[in-house]
Amino acid sequence: MATEARAGDEFDVAVVGGGLVGVATAWGLSREGCRVVILDEGDRAVRASRGNFALVWVQSKGLGLAPYAGWTIRSSNAWRGFSDLLKQETGLDVSFQRPGGFHLCLSEKELEARANVLKRLHNQPGIVDYKTEILTHDQVKAMLPDIGPEVVGGSFCPLDGHVNSLRLFRTLHAALNARGVTYLPSHRVDAITKEAGEFRLATPYGEIRAAKVALAAGNANMRLAPMVGLEAPMRPERGQIVVTERLRPFLNHPVVTLRQTDEGTVMIGDSKEESVDPSGLTIGVSATEAERAVRQFPLLANVNVVRTWSAIRVMTQDGFPIYDESQTHPGAFTVCCHSGVTLAANHALTIAPMIARGALDASLVAPFSARRFHVQEAG
Amino acid sequence: MTAAADLAPSYELVVIGGGPAGLAAAALAARAGVSTVLFDENPGVGGQIYRAITSTPVRSRAILGEDYWDGAALADEAKASGALIVNGATVWSLDRQRLVGVSLGGKARLIEAGRVIIATGSQERPFPIPGWTLPGVMTAGAAQTALKAQGLVVGGRTVLAGSGPLLWLLAAQTLRAGGRIDAILDTTPRRNWLQAMLHLPDFALSPYFAKGLALLREVRAKVPVHRAATIEAVGTDRVREVVFSGAGGTRRLPVDLLLLHQGVVPNVNLANAAGVAHVWNDRQLCFVPVLDAEFGSSVPGIAVAGDGAGIAGGTAAAERGRIAAIAAVRALKPQAAVPDTQAIRQRLQREEMGRAFLDCLNRPADSFRLPEGDTIACRCEEVTAKQVRETAQMGCEGPNQMKAFLRCGMGPCQGRLCGLTVTELIAAERKTTPDEVGYYRLRPPVKPITLAELASLPISEAERKAVER
Amino acid sequence: MFKRLADSSPAIAISVDGKTVTARAGDTVAAALLAAGIDHCRTTPVTGAPRAPYCLMGVCFDCLVTVDGVGSRQGCLIPVREGMKVETQLGRREAGR
Repeated sequence: MATEARAGDEFDVAVVGGGLVGVATAWGLSREGCRVVILDEGDRAVRASRGNFALVWVQSKGLGLAPYAGWTIRSSNAWRGFSDLLKQETGLDVSFQRPGGFHLCLSEKELEARANVLKRLHNQPGIVDYKTEILTHDQVKAMLPDIGPEVVGGSFCPLDGHVNSLRLFRTLHAALNARGVTYLPSHRVDAITKEAGEFRLATPYGEIRAAKVALAAGNANMRLAPMVGLEAPMRPERGQIVVTERLRPFLNHPVVTLRQTDEGTVMIGDSKEESVDPSGLTIGVSATEAERAVRQFPLLANVNVVRTWSAIRVMTQDGFPIYDESQTHPGAFTVCCHSGVTLAANHALTIAPMIARGALDASLVAPFSARRFHVQEAG
Repeated sequence: MTAAADLAPSYELVVIGGGPAGLAAAALAARAGVSTVLFDENPGVGGQIYRAITSTPVRSRAILGEDYWDGAALADEAKASGALIVNGATVWSLDRQRLVGVSLGGKARLIEAGRVIIATGSQERPFPIPGWTLPGVMTAGAAQTALKAQGLVVGGRTVLAGSGPLLWLLAAQTLRAGGRIDAILDTTPRRNWLQAMLHLPDFALSPYFAKGLALLREVRAKVPVHRAATIEAVGTDRVREVVFSGAGGTRRLPVDLLLLHQGVVPNVNLANAAGVAHVWNDRQLCFVPVLDAEFGSSVPGIAVAGDGAGIAGGTAAAERGRIAAIAAVRALKPQAAVPDTQAIRQRLQREEMGRAFLDCLNRPADSFRLPEGDTIACRCEEVTAKQVRETAQMGCEGPNQMKAFLRCGMGPCQGRLCGLTVTELIAAERKTTPDEVGYYRLRPPVKPITLAELASLPISEAERKAVER
Repeated sequence: MFKRLADSSPAIAISVDGKTVTARAGDTVAAALLAAGIDHCRTTPVTGAPRAPYCLMGVCFDCLVTVDGVGSRQGCLIPVREGMKVETQLGRREAGR
């Protein structure tokens, strides 16, 4: 991959953001034959792609926006093919698995709340029909033999899976490199204008020009989108994760707050905090995650924690993705969402071809336009 | 023996590390009436330089040398000072609010500190040569620790390789103890002498000058010394021979033990995780914390003393500890009597005089810091130099993205044995400076604790609500 | 590789992979293994390569062993105790021990 832009380089699409959403979209664009440049920040960027939990997750998606359930299932179903394509290109296996996943409850109250959420979700008009079962302790134990006695039950969805998301991140970068896509780190985009039919993106290292622009810069889309007549209302939040040393396999299904990676480490946690300071870490939050993990799987008590970290979630104001094309700046698109892992297959195989063609397919993504925020205000 | 439950919820001063800086700091502060606790993870105080000073089975004082026994006074002083000294205590977390996470006997506690002095000292610089992960390859410091703490002296076919004062000191101590050294491979690049000579006048005045010359004479009289431009540890299950190239071509020596050393570098993990700003020191080829004249860091109330503040040796470490402790006492108890800093600073200056000469002379060659090919850079995750170099070429600009891509620095040592190598490799590939590249962003726990220990810590209602939904 | 300068410290019997090893008071687990001439104390979780104590000062984590049934203990930081059971740790640790 070229890591410097040369004078006279011509690009069909500039993808702003080198995280998972950006590189998945860029890879899809490259497959469509587009000449792509990726503008990324540097090593110290606030980067959700280095802090995510790596689930390819379906259960409980779509409460509040029914089409999101179908969109998620589409990606979940496309994931196997997506990972096969990546493996063919790079030889790297991102270890995608879809054995079905659990949400475990540690009290009757939690289980009841869980059942209510699922009921409300699946009672929505227009929701795609997918199965999520509420299971008793014994039913869970039949599939997860190491659960502790405090697990009263949980929910299970056969469509849930997970992946090695850091390897996915590396694999996409490696694939783009092999395709000769230009990747420009430390090229934070300060301004975007459209002149003479092309976009001009101002960076600390000069101007990059491209026929189209795809904004995939996470929470920074809030700053960038208005430059091209779009909007991306965001509300970033912080999450913390605890990770253990490598262990022999003991867990065959991901749990929404606890999963064993293919490398053997166990990732724990799904906290939500208001803070947007990525360097801060609240020990009491890690302690809560650890305490719940030990109650869920008592055999983890003596396992060593080797790392904890916090990361800032990319979160739109209502939590659902934003896919938009600009009316005022034709050729400018936003690709913005929280679930960059789950939806990576969609971004690569569905969204990217739309951008390559120059128009989003309303039948698939109209519900995800940021215009919905105004509809709600009006209503 | 202090148990985790015996610890108070807070201390005015928490000192982390029981080497010369920590011992001197704790003693001074406690004597001034400051409530002081010193946490040290080893079974006894002394740090690495005065390792096992209160318990060593080595009876003959000549073996370890008089400088070692200086540590006894520091240990006695600290013990008599009234500071609570807790060994076997691993500090795994420190934050900007000076909340100290410590693990003791399998139990974790969070302790509030009015002030913190980080005195976690130094570690040996990574020495990434082919085969350095094989059993039978150890650091020279490890052999010295075994000698000090357990009276274990190398007995089989032994080769020492590298550069720096500790290498020669270990050689002398080993020979005095009746140990065997077959050869020393000196990796000091000849041109280092040119740079070093500029600083010779200062070095000639420093206490290290005469001692250093005497050591070199003592060792060279008994052990063949070869210059080496490349070194490789060869074997499958363990090291069987060491292959090196020098002026006389390539040579092979059969070995049972290969001891590596190319200087020491600050142990930055805890300070880094606490948010202390660091900067690249190009003369010492390592990151050092940014400190004021009293060793205060960029985080209010947290000081870094001893070799963790930049390498200056054990005697200087104690003086630095005292200066940091005086600053802490003045902040905590303005009326308390403290020693005159002028005299301490003069002694410190004398100790630091020869440092430029030693740094220039012992600057490790690029070839021993910037590995190539399949040589392992990250021992824990077995990431090779070639992988790091290729990923940097792909556009990966820094160690944190590298960590995400290759897992280097993600194992239990948390980058201690690969951090400098990875940063320097990225800088070399991307034709920039290590300062520009930066270092791993470290997070607690900087030493592993169990999930149960983490789970046992206090949790507020808000913290619980952030997780339970 | 190593010999003892003096055997004056009291002997302490520990077991290493079921075999009795005589250590000395003041030994850490890692030092006892080195003194006993034990070649490696673990194999790595990544490639299964053998490893032995490297730094003896708590920074390299290559001396990780199972002590009294608890895995991944840093052998260089733990003093030996009479009757202690030390086991070589093979590859990834098993959860629950």
